[in-house]
Amino acid sequence: MSDSIRSTPVPAAAQPRRKTGFWQATLALTAKDLRAELRGRELINAMLLYAVLAVLIFSFALELDREARETSIAGVFWVTVIFAGMLGLNRSLAAEKDRGNLDALLLAPIDRGALFFGKMLSNLVYMLIVAGLLIVLVTILFNISLLVPWLLAVILLGTVGFAAVGTLLSSMTVHTRARETMLPILLLPVTLPIILTSVKASTAILNGVAQADWIAWPQMLLVADVILLALSYILFEFVVEE
Amino acid sequence: MIEVAGLVKAFGFLPVLRGLDLHVARGSFLALLGPNGSGKTTLMRILAGLSKPTAGRVTIGGWNLPQEADAVRAQLGVVAHLPLLYDELTAAENLRFYAKLYSLTPGEREARIAAALERVGLAGRANDLVRTFSRGMQQRLAIARAILHQPHVLLFDEPYTGLDQEAAAMLDALLGDIARDGHTIVMTSHDLGRALGLSSHVAILSRGRVGYHGCSREIAPESFAALYADVTGAASTR
Repeated sequence: MSDSIRSTPVPAAAQPRRKTGFWQATLALTAKDLRAELRGRELINAMLLYAVLAVLIFSFALELDREARETSIAGVFWVTVIFAGMLGLNRSLAAEKDRGNLDALLLAPIDRGALFFGKMLSNLVYMLIVAGLLIVLVTILFNISLLVPWLLAVILLGTVGFAAVGTLLSSMTVHTRARETMLPILLLPVTLPIILTSVKASTAILNGVAQADWIAWPQMLLVADVILLALSYILFEFVVEE
Repeated sequence: MIEVAGLVKAFGFLPVLRGLDLHVARGSFLALLGPNGSGKTTLMRILAGLSKPTAGRVTIGGWNLPQEADAVRAQLGVVAHLPLLYDELTAAENLRFYAKLYSLTPGEREARIAAALERVGLAGRANDLVRTFSRGMQQRLAIARAILHQPHVLLFDEPYTGLDQEAAAMLDALLGDIARDGHTIVMTSHDLGRALGLSSHVAILSRGRVGYHGCSREIAPESFAALYADVTGAASTR
């Protein structure tokens, strides 16, 4: 190498170095994922295309009157979000694993929880983008506005819980050979309470049911999210460590 | 710097490392050789804190593995046969991401990134996407990533895999240059001549143990293949 090239001599003795801050690592991971996705659009394009096709098929297959649409639209919405979300969850950690980058992340002196939250937040953003597109599409195709504040809150709570469990389980299935089929098999039963609660709450809100009759559903979702986030955070370290 | 005593690693009932002992002095460059299945990569993964030993003691810089893995990780830089980089990010963005994970302050981050890129000869490609890089350039960028936080110990796991002659020669020069900085280096390789030429010490693994450990200067290059074959029981060597 040229003499002009600067060398970086190491200190004579190893000194303890501070561990990287939890949120610094979390946000760095999420920002990296979003930046890479913005360039490659590998995940989000697949998720959005799936969501558009699914809603179009539902809209043509279910030729419903207004009343029937109001009762079934929440189910259509959540089924589409969940399955599009699984596409993203499957690829999110698989891409890291296939390129060996999961090892590079595990080599960094960061809390494993930061790794979990970083990946979970990027998965959540992808799902929320899909949900945002679906809100517009459903409003156009089914002539029902989903821009209801409480409904948006339920969508946020439902996707947080799903993304949390999904990130944990995808970090388990990423090491298996049949990971594309393993993830739905594991994820759907575990997240069934979140999905059902989200559908119940969404249906009630869209049908104009009195708030007192459905407010328990979002409250249950909030409690479920807290429990699932805590459990996923704790268990993630055991899943990714050998 | 690196002390390994009675290291055992088994996958289920299959032992891969069988009571391995190894000492790597501070600032030395150890070439770790051995046939496939001898336990090189398993040992490297344990040293990197990616795998836990079944039994035995491993310390790096005075810290125990796996109990003090976070302290060890902060002192380690690892280059594997895969570059461990993100194709959709530029060279500088890749390094900036890892600089954040290694808690470099914003002030020192950019200076270190510029210095590291200059060092590996990629300063002119800082803003190019990694997917446009050749295999050799990716491996040089991987080295920039590994030295960014000025680690005391560098682990190279078969870094020459997939490199052509020219890229391998550039990597030779870079490794020699880095070794002169005082890093403690452990490198696995199947290339006996290259490993002997670069390293200060050589260890040959055979069946999960260190079969030979000596100073590179004391080994005659022309007899090294025979020594290797003798230790590993190999009929031929690459």
